[in-house]
Amino acid sequence: MSLIHEIDYGTPASRLEAQVTVTIDGREITVPEGTSVMRASMEAGIQVPKLCATDMVDAFGSCRLCLVEIEGRAGTPASCTTPVMPGMVVHTQTGRLKDIRKGMMELYISDHPLDCLTCAANGDCELQDMAGAVGLRDVRYGYEGDNHVQARTNGEINVQWMPKDESNPYFTYDPSKCIVCSRCVRACEEVQGTFALTIEGRGFDSRVSAGMHENFLESECVSCGACVQACPTATLTEKSVIAIGQPEHSAVTTCAYCGVGCSFKAEMRGEELVRMVPWKDGQANRGHSCVKGRFAYGYASHKDRILNPMVREKITDPWREVTWDEAFAHVASEFKRLQYQYGRDSIGGITSSRCTNEETFLVQKLIRAGFGNNNVDTCARVCHSPTGYGLGQAFGTSAGTQNFDSVEHSDVVVVIGANPTDGHPVFGSRLKKRLRQGAKLIVIDPRRIDLVKTPHVEAAYHLPLKPGTNVAVMTALAHVIVTEGIFDEAFIRERCDWSEFEDWAAFVAEPQHSPEETEIFTGVPAELVRGAARLFATGGNGAIYYGLGVTEHSQGSTTVMAIANLAMATGNIGRPGVGVNPLRGQNNVQGSCDMGSFPHELPGYRHVSDDATRDTFEKLWGVTISNEPGLRIPNMLDAAVEGTFKGIYIQGEDILQSDPDTKHVSAGLAAMECVVVHDLFLNETANYAHVFLPGSTFLEKDGTFTNAERRINRVRKVMSPKNGYADWEVTQKLAQAMGLNWTYTHPSQVMDEIAATTPSFAGVSYDYLEKMGSVQWPCNEKFPVGSPIMHVDGFVRGKGKFIRTEYVATDERTGPRFPLLLTTGRILSQYNVGAQTRRTENVVWHDEDLLEIHPHDAEQRGIKDGDWIKLASRSGDTTLRALITDRVAPGVVYTTFHHPDTQANVITTDFSDWATNCPEYKVTAVQVSPSNGPTEWQQDYEELARRSRRIAGKLEAAE
Amino acid sequence: MNVHVATGGYAERALSIIDDLKHLEGPMLPILHAIQHEFGFVPEEVKPVLARELNLSRAEVHGVVTFYHDFRDAPAGRHVLKICRAEACQAMGAERVVDQARQLLGIDFHQTTLDGAVTLEPVFCLGLCACAPAAMLDSEVYGRVDEHSLTELVAEARR
Repeated sequence: MSLIHEIDYGTPASRLEAQVTVTIDGREITVPEGTSVMRASMEAGIQVPKLCATDMVDAFGSCRLCLVEIEGRAGTPASCTTPVMPGMVVHTQTGRLKDIRKGMMELYISDHPLDCLTCAANGDCELQDMAGAVGLRDVRYGYEGDNHVQARTNGEINVQWMPKDESNPYFTYDPSKCIVCSRCVRACEEVQGTFALTIEGRGFDSRVSAGMHENFLESECVSCGACVQACPTATLTEKSVIAIGQPEHSAVTTCAYCGVGCSFKAEMRGEELVRMVPWKDGQANRGHSCVKGRFAYGYASHKDRILNPMVREKITDPWREVTWDEAFAHVASEFKRLQYQYGRDSIGGITSSRCTNEETFLVQKLIRAGFGNNNVDTCARVCHSPTGYGLGQAFGTSAGTQNFDSVEHSDVVVVIGANPTDGHPVFGSRLKKRLRQGAKLIVIDPRRIDLVKTPHVEAAYHLPLKPGTNVAVMTALAHVIVTEGIFDEAFIRERCDWSEFEDWAAFVAEPQHSPEETEIFTGVPAELVRGAARLFATGGNGAIYYGLGVTEHSQGSTTVMAIANLAMATGNIGRPGVGVNPLRGQNNVQGSCDMGSFPHELPGYRHVSDDATRDTFEKLWGVTISNEPGLRIPNMLDAAVEGTFKGIYIQGEDILQSDPDTKHVSAGLAAMECVVVHDLFLNETANYAHVFLPGSTFLEKDGTFTNAERRINRVRKVMSPKNGYADWEVTQKLAQAMGLNWTYTHPSQVMDEIAATTPSFAGVSYDYLEKMGSVQWPCNEKFPVGSPIMHVDGFVRGKGKFIRTEYVATDERTGPRFPLLLTTGRILSQYNVGAQTRRTENVVWHDEDLLEIHPHDAEQRGIKDGDWIKLASRSGDTTLRALITDRVAPGVVYTTFHHPDTQANVITTDFSDWATNCPEYKVTAVQVSPSNGPTEWQQDYEELARRSRRIAGKLEAAE
Repeated sequence: MNVHVATGGYAERALSIIDDLKHLEGPMLPILHAIQHEFGFVPEEVKPVLARELNLSRAEVHGVVTFYHDFRDAPAGRHVLKICRAEACQAMGAERVVDQARQLLGIDFHQTTLDGAVTLEPVFCLGLCACAPAAMLDSEVYGRVDEHSLTELVAEARR
C-alpha cells in the first residue's frame, strides 16, 4: 500500500460539450471547450509549473509561474487563465519561460524561510517542488532586506513578521511561510462558502487574514479544512502532521459522522492516523469536508474508550473485566435463560445507524435467526422513520430521490426543518455554491437558521412557522398552487393517478387551507406563503430538502406526504435539479433501514408477512422467521416496564440520551435483566447495562455505509481494532455462542449474502464497489450502474400517489404553566449525543448546550444572557444557560442535545408520529425560569452515572 | 483634505450612511468614502456593521478597507502631506525631500505632528513624473519640489 496521490489539474474541469484539439509541446490533446491550457497540458501528461492554481478553485493568475508561449500570440500568457482554442500550439518550456520562472522563484524564495529540513511540509510542499522544477540554484537578492521571515532583522524588531496563530485546535497558520497565493482565501470562498479569509493590505504588505486580522478561532472560520488542503506550503498545516510527520500510506474510506457520507483518504504512518483528507473523487463531497470528518477523529484513541468486555450482576455493582469468551458465554446463557423463563419474545435488539451495512444486517439476522423473533429496531425510529413510511406510500421507495450533484441544477431550493450548514455542512456548502450562482432559496423553519442570511446568500422567503404546524403550512402552499392553477398538469396526468390528484386538489383548495386562514395558528404571514408557493411552482427546477424538523413530529409522516404531494403537483420529480431529499442524520441511517432493521421489514423494505421474502431468508438461514412484526423501541420499553421484555442487545446507540422521555427509557432499562451494550464508550445507556462489549471505530473495520443519496460507499480498515474485534466479528461470535453456525471471514461475504437476498442490492459486491468507487441503489439487472436519480421514467410504485394531508394539532399544547414551545437541533462542531465529538477538540467551539430564547421572553422572566435557567416541561426539568437571540421567534425556545449533563430529552414528551412512533422531539411546551443550580434529576443522574461507571480494580473512569 | 473629526457612536451613524447608499451597484466603496468623509477614518467597529448590512463577511470588508491606503484606520491631522516615492521621483531626489520633511515636521511616515496639524504619508506616483519630485498637500499637487518649496508647503500646513 502506498500514499494515494491525486492529480492536480490546476483548474476545474470544463462542463462544455464541444471538443477542442490543441498541440502542447508537440503532443496533440483533445479537451472540452473552456478547458485551461494548464489543465489540457496536465491531461496530456505535461505539468506546467504552478503555485496559485489548484483544481479545487477557479484560476487566478497571480503566481506568474505557469506562463507559456503560444504560437502566433505575443507575450507569455498564464496557462491557468488562458482557455484552449482550436489548433493552438503551446510551448510550456522555452528559454524565455525558464528565465522568467527562475526569476519568479528567486523572488518568492528571497522572502521565505530556508528551514526545509525541519519544516512540517517537508516532502509535501509545492514551493519546494517548484523550486526544484524550475532549477533554482541561488537567490541573488539575498535574505537581508525587508522580509516576513525573521522576528528580528539586524537586532531590530521586524514589524512585518507575525507569530504563528495556533488558536485553532487542528491546524496552525504560520504567516512567515506564506507566499500569498490566495489559494486558502479562494477555497474558503468558492468551496466552503464562508468567506472567513481575505488578503489584507497590498503589495509587500499583503498577507492572509482571518476575519479582521483576528486569530482563526475568533474569526468566522468554521474549521472545514479547505484552506489547509489548498495551501501549497507549510503556512496552514494540520497540527497532527506537525506532531507526527508525513504519512506514508493511505486508504480511501467514508466518514462516520452525518448522512452526507464524505469520502476521505485516511493518511497513515504505520497504524497511526496522520490526517483525514477529503477525496476529490468522492461523489458525495467532491473533495470537500467539514470540521467533524476532517479533524474530529480523536475519540478513536480517547482514554475513555473501553477496550475490554465487562460484566456485572446488578447495575449497582462495579464493572468486572472479563475475557471475550466469558462475555459471549455469559450473554448467550442469559439470553437463553430469559427466553426459557419469559418466552421467545422476551428479548430483542437494536441495530446501529453508526455501524456498517454488514454489521446491521448481522444484528438483525442474529435477532431473526437466533432469537427467533422480529424484535429488532433501530435509531432511525427516532429520526427518519416517517420518511420511510411517507415516501414509501407516495412514490414506492423509502429514500431520497436524488444524488447530491443534483443541487447544481436546481433553480429553487426549499429547505424545511433542516439546518444544512450545521447538520450536513458539506451539502450546505454545495447548496450555498448553487445559491451564489443565482438559485432561489425558501426556508421553512421556526428558527432563523444561518442559510436565511449568510454572506452572499439570502433566502427569498423565510417562513418562520410555529413548531408543530408543518402540515398546515405545506397544505397552504399546495392550496396556493392548486387554486392559482400553477400545478404541472401534464406531469400529473402522465405520472400520477389523476383521480387521486383531483381528490387531493379538491381537499387542499378548501378555504380553511388557505394561507390567510392558516396564518392564525401557523404564525406565517399569508403573503409569504403565497409568494413562496408561486416561486416554487414557477421558478424552474424545484428541489425540496428536509430534515428532522419535518419527521420528529406527531404528524411527521403526514408532512413527508405533503412534501411528496408538492413535488408531484409541480412536476419536480425524476430529473436532475429537482426531487425530494431527506437529509439523513447519521452516516448509515439509510443503510440500517435498508438492511431490515425495522420489526416489520426484512432487508429491502419487504414486509415480514410476505411469504416469498421470508422464504428466501428461511431457506438460506435454515430457520423459520415469524410473520408477525416484532416490537418497536418504545414498545420494548413499555413491555419491559410491564415485565414481559427482559433482555436487549444494543449495538452502537445511546437510547437513554437520544430517545424521548428519558425517565421512561431509564425505567424500561432498569426493569430488564440483561442489557447488553456494544459501544465505544460507557455511554449513558450503559449505566443500566449488565454486559458491556467494547466496539470498534470506522477506522478499524471493513464494510459499507449508505448515505442520504442511497450511495453505498466503502469503509476500509486502516488499523487493527484496539478492542480486539471489529463489530461484525463481535456479533458473529455472539451468534456462535448462541449456537448459530456463522462462518464469515470478511464483511464482503455479508454483502454477497445481502446481494443474493435483496433485489435492490443484487448488483452490489466489493469487487464492483472497488471498480466503481461507489454506487447508488437500486443496483441490479435493471439498473446495472446504480440509480443517481430515481423515478426517472415512472414511479417505483407505478403511479405517484397524492394523499390528503389533514392538519391535526399535536396534543402537546402550550398553556399557562408551559407557555413556550421548545424545539431542538444541532450545531456544526458537535454530533448528536456528542459521545464522539465531546471527546475531541471540537469542544472549543461548543462546550455546553445553551437555550436560545427571544429577548422579549427573556426580559419578561428577568433572564440575562448567560444566566442559569431552569427548563421545565410536563415530563421533567433540567438546567442550562440562556443565550438571548432573535434567531428564535417570541414564544419559541431552542436548544441542542449534545451534552449528557443537560439531558434535553428529560424535557421532551413521549408523543410520537401517528404512523411510525417517531418521537415528537421538535415540539415541547415548556416554561423557563431563573435558576441557581442543577435540578434534582441532574444531581441524582450524575451520582448514578458516577457509580455505574466504576470498574473493579481501576480508578473511576473519568467522564 | 479638510475633514471634521467626530467621535463615538460610529456604528450607529455608519448605519444611516449605509442605508442611504446601499441601493447603489457595488456600494462598498462609495459607502467607505462616505464613512471616511464623515469620521475622517474608517473605524474598526464599522466594518462588521458594513459586513452585516451588505451581507458580506467581516474578512471581505477588512480586505477591501486595508487594500486602499487612503482609507485610514485612525484620523489624520488637519492636513495631509504626501510625498511621492515612486521611481521617477526617487531618481530626481525624492529621498532628500522626504528626509527634509521628516526633519521639519519631527515625524516619520504615517505619523501626525503632536499639535494635530500635519500627517506625513508616502504615495506611489501622482502622475507628475515629468515634474518630479512631486508632493501633494491635501488635494493640491506640487511639482519640482525642492528645499525651498517644501519649507513653504510645511509652513502652510502648520498654520
